[in-house]
Amino acid sequence: MSNVINEQATEHAHHDHHPAKGFKRWLYTTNHKDIGSLYLIFSLTMFLIGGAMAMVIRAELFQPGLQLVDPHFFNQMTTVHGLIMVFGAVMPAFTGLANWMVPMMIGAPDMALPRMNNWSFWILPFAFLILLASLLMPGGGPAFGWTFYAPLSTTYSNDNTALFVFAVHIMGISSIMGAINVIVTIVNLRAPGMTWMKLPLFVWTWLITAFLLIAVMPVLAGAVTMVLTDKYFATSFFDAAGGGDPVMFQHIFWFFGHPEVYIMILPAFGIISTIVPTFSRKKLFGYASMVYATSSIALLSFIVWAHHMFTTGMPVAGELFFMYATMLISVPTGVKVFNWVATMWRGSISFEIPMMFAIAFIVLFTLGGFSGLMLAITPADFQYHDTYFVVAHFHYVLVTGAVFSIMAGAYYWLPKWTGNMYNETLAKWHFWLSLISVNVLFFPMHFVGLAGMPRRIPDYALQFADFNAIISIGGFAFGLSQLLFVLVVFKCARGGDKAPAKVWDGAEGLEWEVDSPAPYHTFETPPEIK
Amino acid sequence: MGKMRYALWLILVSLPQLALANSQFNMRKGVTDISNNVYELHMTIFIICCVIGVIVFAVMFWALIHHRKSKGAKPAQFHESTKVEILWTAIPFVILIAMAVPATKTLIAMEDASKADITIKVTGSQWKWHYEYMGEDIAYYSILSTPKDQIDNQAEKTANYLLEVDKPLVLPINKKVRFLMTSDDVIHSWWVPDFAVKKDANPGFINEAWTRINEPGVYRGQCAELCGKDHGFMPVVVQALPEDEFATWLADAKQEKANAAAADAALLDQTLAKEELMTLGEQVYMASCAACHQPTGMGLPGVFPALKGSPIVLGDVKDHIDIVLHGKPGTAMQAFDKQLSIKQLAAVITYKRNAWGNDTGDVIQPSQIQAAIDAAAEAN
Amino acid sequence: MNHAPLLKKLLLACLGMFAFAFALVPLYDVFCDVTGLNGKPSLERAVVSDTVNTERSVDVSFTTHAQSGAPFKVESQQYSVAVQPGAMREVKFSAKNTSNTDKIMQAIPSVSPGKAAKYLHKIACFCFDQQPMKAGEEIEFTLLFYVDTELPDDVEELTLSYTVFDISGQVVAKNDEAAKLIAN
Repeated sequence: MSNVINEQATEHAHHDHHPAKGFKRWLYTTNHKDIGSLYLIFSLTMFLIGGAMAMVIRAELFQPGLQLVDPHFFNQMTTVHGLIMVFGAVMPAFTGLANWMVPMMIGAPDMALPRMNNWSFWILPFAFLILLASLLMPGGGPAFGWTFYAPLSTTYSNDNTALFVFAVHIMGISSIMGAINVIVTIVNLRAPGMTWMKLPLFVWTWLITAFLLIAVMPVLAGAVTMVLTDKYFATSFFDAAGGGDPVMFQHIFWFFGHPEVYIMILPAFGIISTIVPTFSRKKLFGYASMVYATSSIALLSFIVWAHHMFTTGMPVAGELFFMYATMLISVPTGVKVFNWVATMWRGSISFEIPMMFAIAFIVLFTLGGFSGLMLAITPADFQYHDTYFVVAHFHYVLVTGAVFSIMAGAYYWLPKWTGNMYNETLAKWHFWLSLISVNVLFFPMHFVGLAGMPRRIPDYALQFADFNAIISIGGFAFGLSQLLFVLVVFKCARGGDKAPAKVWDGAEGLEWEVDSPAPYHTFETPPEIK
Repeated sequence: MGKMRYALWLILVSLPQLALANSQFNMRKGVTDISNNVYELHMTIFIICCVIGVIVFAVMFWALIHHRKSKGAKPAQFHESTKVEILWTAIPFVILIAMAVPATKTLIAMEDASKADITIKVTGSQWKWHYEYMGEDIAYYSILSTPKDQIDNQAEKTANYLLEVDKPLVLPINKKVRFLMTSDDVIHSWWVPDFAVKKDANPGFINEAWTRINEPGVYRGQCAELCGKDHGFMPVVVQALPEDEFATWLADAKQEKANAAAADAALLDQTLAKEELMTLGEQVYMASCAACHQPTGMGLPGVFPALKGSPIVLGDVKDHIDIVLHGKPGTAMQAFDKQLSIKQLAAVITYKRNAWGNDTGDVIQPSQIQAAIDAAAEAN
Repeated sequence: MNHAPLLKKLLLACLGMFAFAFALVPLYDVFCDVTGLNGKPSLERAVVSDTVNTERSVDVSFTTHAQSGAPFKVESQQYSVAVQPGAMREVKFSAKNTSNTDKIMQAIPSVSPGKAAKYLHKIACFCFDQQPMKAGEEIEFTLLFYVDTELPDDVEELTLSYTVFDISGQVVAKNDEAAKLIAN
C-alpha cells in the first residue's frame, strides 16, 4: 500500500508543488489545505450573512408590533437564515475541517479525489448566490421556512421557488461530492498501520457523517425535485386533488432531516473528543464505546424522523414507536457525555480557549439534549411543538453545540494552519462574551415557548414582550461578539507568536508531527504508526 | 467570592421555583384532565432531566476545580472500564423506561374514539379559522379583531393584542367535544394550550382531536404551523360556557342566522347610496382583503397582485364579482361567497372600483351580487 | 491506488437513495393502507361483505368541503347514519357546479379517526372517478358503503369527509367523458 501512495504523491507533487499565485491558486487548487481554507472562509462569511438575517429577525421581535419589516419579508428572513446556517455555515465548516485535518490525521498526502474536491467547493458559492439573489427579485426569496412544507412551497409559493430548488440541488451535489471524497480518503489512504480502531475520533465521526450524507442528501434532492414538478409540471406528489398527500412531504423531508441533524453534530462530537483529552492530558475515556455510540446514533437517526410530525395525525402505534426510538437516542448520547466527563476526571486540566469552548459545548449541548428528550415525549410534544421551546432546543444543539465545537476546533488548529498563536486576550473576550450572550439569547426562549409563543411569527402577544426584548439584546450581543472572532482569525493569519509543531503539550496525533504552519504538502511518504 | 457563591446559590434555588410558580415561565396546567396530565408529565421529565444534569455537571465541575494542572494535578492513566461503561448505558435505559410509562398512559388516554357530545369542524385558511357546528347548521369565520393601527404602533396595544377575534368558538363545558380539522389551502395547526390540543389541519384530509373542558372561561391560542405571510395573525379564541348558557347561545345563533337571511332578502329590493357602500366597503376591505392586497391596494409585487389599476377591477363588473365570489383556484385568492354577506360583497367591490384612483364610478348593489350567485343556476 | 471501485459503489448508493426518495411515494401509500395513516382510505372499489354484526351499531357522519376556488356545492342528504358493521348502506349526495363554466370535480375521501379508515369500504362512490359537471349542473350521487365487522371496538363513531377539488385546469384525463369535456 505504501508504494502506491508514494507513487500517487509524487505524481501529485509533480503537478503543483508550489502554489500558484493570486486568484488562480484558489480557483484551480486541488490541495486539501487550500480547499479546507476556502471552505472555512466561505463558512465564516455565510455565518455572518445568516447572522445578519437573525439580527433582522431579532430587531423586529424586540418589541411587539410591526416596526421594521413586513411579515412576508420576515418569513424570508427566517427561511433563508435557516438555509444559510445549515447548508452554508455549519456543513461547509465541518467539510473545511475535514479537508484540512483528515488527510493529516491519517497520514495521507491529500484527499483521494483532489479535482472533485475543487469542484465540490467551487459550486457552493454559486448555490448561495442564487439563493441570495432570489431575495432581490419581485416576490422575494423563499418564505416557507427552511423545511419548505408543501403545499406552502408548491401551490402557494411564488415563482422564485425554482431558484430555491436549484440552489438546494447544487448544495446537495456539493455535500455528496465532499462526503464521497472523505470516505474514499479514509478507506483508501490511511497510512500503513493506521488500523480502524486507531483512527482519531474526528476521522471516525466524519466517516460516519459522510455515510449519512450519502444516504440522505439524495433524498433531499428527491424532495425538492418533487416540489419542483408539483409546482411547474402538474405532478401531484403532495396535492390531495391528484391523489397525493401533503403529509407525505413531511415524511420524505424528515427522513432526510433527522439524519441531517446528526450530520451537523457527529463531527462536533469528534472535535470535542479530540480537544478534551489534549487539555486533560489524559487519553480519551472509552474510545471504543465512543465509536459504537456514534454509529448507533447514526443508525437510530433513520428511525426517528416522525417525531417532528407528532401533530400531523398519526396512529397511536406510530407515535409510540417514534417516541420510544427517539428516547433511545439519549442512551448513546449520554454515553458520550459520560465519557468526556470521565476523560477529565483525574486528568491534569488546563483551560486554553479550545478547552473553554469544549466545556461550554458539553454543558450547553447536554442542555439541548435534555430539551430534546422532553420533546420526544409525544403528549408533551403536543404542547412544545412549533413553539419557541423547539427554537431554544435546536439552537442549543446547533449554536452552543455545532457552532461552539467549530469555534473550539478553529482555536485548536489555528496555530497549525497559520503557524501563529492567536491573540489570547481577544480570544478570551470572544469566549466569555459569546458564552454569556448566547445564553441570554437562547435560554429565555424556553420560557416564552412554554408560555405559548409559536415560532416563525413576526409579532406576538404582550405577555411575551419582556422576554423577547431580553432575547433580542442577547442576540445583538452574540452577533457582535462574533466580529471579535473574525478579528482573532484575521490577526492570527497575519502574524503573532510563532507556534511550535506540537502546539499543545497534551496533544496526540499525526497533525502535530508536521511543522506549524503545516507545509503545503504533508506525508508524501507515509508516516510510521506506532 | 463568598458573596458571589451565595448569590449563585440563591439564583439556583429560586429558578426552579419561579419556573413552577409562574405561568409566564412554564407550561400551563390548562383546564382539562388531559392538559393536567400533560403538565404533570412535563414536570416529571423536567425534574428528572434537572437531577441528571446536576449530578453529571457536579462531577464534571468537581474535576475541573480539583484536577487542574495549575493545582499540580498529575493525570491518571485509566481510559476504559467495561463495568462503568455498561453501568452508565444501563442506568439511563432504566430511567427512560420510567419516563415512557406515564408518557404512554397519557398518550393512550388522548386517543379516545368514544362518541362525542358535539362535533366541531375546524377549517383553517389563509389566515382565519372557520368553525362549523356539525349537524346544527351553524358555521362562521373567526378573524383577528386587533385593529391594524395597534399592530402598526399607532395606537396603544390592548390586553389581548393579537389574541382576540371577532367571533370566538363557543363550546359547552363538561361535554366531550370532538374537533375535525381540515384546511382550505396550506397546512395550519389549531392550538389551544389550555386544552393541550394541537392538531394540524391538512388540506384534503381530516384530522381528529377532542377535549372536555372543566371550567368556563375564555381560552386563547394561535396557529402553530407556518402558513404564509400572516401566520402570526390568526389566533384561536374559545369561549367555554356552562351547558345551559351554551344552549341559549346556540338558539340565539340560529335566530341570528335566520334574521340575517331575512335582511339579505330585504336588501334585494333596495338601492344603497354610494357613500354607505364605500364606508362599509373600506371596513370589509381592511378586514378581509388588505392582508394580501395591502391597505394601499398596491399588493406585494410577485406575491399578491395590485388592485389599483388592475384590469379585473377596472374591467367588466361581472368578471370582478365572479373572482371575488369564487376565488382563483391554486392561488391564495379565496372564494368569498360564503365568507361575506351580499351587502358586504357589494360594498367591498364598490370600494375597490372607486378607491386609490380606481375611479370607475361603479356602484354595485346587493341585488347584483345575488344575481351573479343565481346566474350559474339559470345558465343551465 | 485505484479509487474507482469504491467511488462507483458510493455513486451507485447515491443514485439508489435518490430513487428511494421516489420509491417512498408508493411505499407511503402501502403504509397508509396498512395503518390508516392520515385517514387515507382506499380509492378502489371494495368487495361486498357477507356477514353482518347485528349486535353493534356505529355512527357514520358525513362532511364535505369544497376547496377554495372550487365552485361546487356538495352536500350529503343525511348528516349522520347509524350502521351495523357488515351491512350495506346507501347515502345520497347532491352536487352542484355553481359556476357558469363547465368543470371537472374530484372528491378526495378522508376518514377520521385514522385507524378506522381501512374498515370503511366503499362499493360505489363518486370519488372513484373525476366527475365532469356542466355549468350550473346539479347531480345526485350515491355512496354505497359498509363498515367492516373487524372495526376496533373502541371506535363508536367515524366521519367520512370529502374534500372537493376543481381539477379542470390540471386534468390528465382518466376517463373518456372527462377528456371529451375538456375537448369541448
